[in-house]
Amino acid sequence: MADSLFYIFAFFTVACAVGVVANRNAVNGAMCLMLCLMGIAGLFVLLDAYLLAALLVLVYAGAVVALFLFIVMLLDMQGGVKRPFKKMTAVASLASLGLMLVGVSMLGSRGHLATLPSPAAAAAPVGAVLKNYAELLFTTYLLPVQVMGFLLLIAMLGVIVLSKKFEGMEDIK
Amino acid sequence: MDFFFQLPLWIQGAVKGLAVIAVLFPLAAACSMAERKISAWIQGRPGPNRTVVPWLAGIPIIIPFLQRLGVFQLAADGGKFVFKEDVVPGHVNKLYFIAAPILAMIPALSTITIVPFGAYFDSAGQLVPLVLANVDIGLLAVLAISSLGVYSVILAGWASNSKYPFLGSIRASAQLISYELSMTLSVLPVFLWVNAPGGQGTLSLFAVVQAQSGTGFFNGLWLGIWMPVSAFIFLVALFAETNRQPFDMAESEADLVGGFHTEYGAFKWSLFFVAEYAHMIVGSGVFTLLFLGGWNPLPWIPLTRVVHGLSHWISFAGHPLFMGVLGVLIFLGKVGFFIFFFMWIRWTLPRFRYDQIMKLGWQKLLPLAIGNLVFYALLIALIQK
Repeated sequence: MADSLFYIFAFFTVACAVGVVANRNAVNGAMCLMLCLMGIAGLFVLLDAYLLAALLVLVYAGAVVALFLFIVMLLDMQGGVKRPFKKMTAVASLASLGLMLVGVSMLGSRGHLATLPSPAAAAAPVGAVLKNYAELLFTTYLLPVQVMGFLLLIAMLGVIVLSKKFEGMEDIK
Repeated sequence: MDFFFQLPLWIQGAVKGLAVIAVLFPLAAACSMAERKISAWIQGRPGPNRTVVPWLAGIPIIIPFLQRLGVFQLAADGGKFVFKEDVVPGHVNKLYFIAAPILAMIPALSTITIVPFGAYFDSAGQLVPLVLANVDIGLLAVLAISSLGVYSVILAGWASNSKYPFLGSIRASAQLISYELSMTLSVLPVFLWVNAPGGQGTLSLFAVVQAQSGTGFFNGLWLGIWMPVSAFIFLVALFAETNRQPFDMAESEADLVGGFHTEYGAFKWSLFFVAEYAHMIVGSGVFTLLFLGGWNPLPWIPLTRVVHGLSHWISFAGHPLFMGVLGVLIFLGKVGFFIFFFMWIRWTLPRFRYDQIMKLGWQKLLPLAIGNLVFYALLIALIQK
């Protein structure tokens, strides 16, 4: 049951991800991104990481992609004209294909795939209990969380500075 | 009964899910009639009271009573929505125009899976919640799924390809995203209180009701009395999230014709409305569970105690079925009051302007919610020390 559900969700996620890249219409792309995130949330649920699944849906699918859609609709992007084919595109795609092949072969030759821990041997899933998240966030990962928060704050201030027009001294106060 | 439990698990789940939807869907439709009747009552007019099925009109007492109640009007409206021609205007984006009402229904009906609506003692003497999926992340899942409702509004407005729906959907989706924050922050004190030190940590709604169904001073206190500011912020945000007046940005009949569903008619339009009422029902249910003791009749008097007391007088009161039904009825009574409250507010407060809504959400409710969270975090730390 869990295996077949994994294949369904994995196929769904990958198909939607391809849809995001391949769609010319930006609205279709954003909707595919939303569905792709739902597929990933399904995979998280199969891994017993319910909190991550809920947060992914709440934050990304519920708010971030909705804002993407917002921007796409406000700017009224109906999909641009097909760009002419350049030699550079062919070189770039060949290079990225080669890099991907190298990566996969490295992964295979190191033997990481063959020695995946069996489900029975794996420890009890950390993600199933909410308390574990809280403990890790406030101990091991305290610094990364704080740094991320600080970066987001800087980004937010940057947006305010860029989008607000400062004309006189009164505006700066 | 044994036959049901021998069925495969997924068939059991499907049957339970359909049973809950079979209650929720007609209830949501009936809310539309309640809305018309209550509006009429508040405005001092009779409301829909003429429609009747011709070959039933001769039956005395019962039929005139139902006729005055508007029951046949509800059936006639429902029939009209189904049989009316479903026009798709020529200038719309067909795929998203048709998908939007469906997307409105999905979150509205799926959130009910996580909302418990009663409890009973099983044969082992264990208190079991009546819920489709008693998951540990309870409330977070409700918030996550209901946050997807914003897509139906955005897509409906955009796919309609005309200016009033577009303006309505932009306003409504900005409102939905803004008030989600205050809503989430306002319930955090509740879970700080429910998760006493030493526990595993849970966001389950059943655990919240359990924390309100003791008999001691703090155990039996309903959280709405203990955390009135949280309850108030949650309620205001709930009005905004369900697009009810005075936060009626999605429609704004006075300046936007009909808001995001201007171009919709017939069955698709009715889907939007049933979804809105289903959201109201589920939202009132969550509010009841969080702040009004769920299925407990009164503060400090939990349902278990009532059933225990009654079992001395009535022989069948000890049966699990009795407790389950009583709990569901009390819960539905509270939800019903809140639906009335939604309609009452509609005719009490005028609609806010868009800038007022943004000011209220970001400059008043959000700081209030953060201050409330800090205050209760300190207070709870002092009490539980």
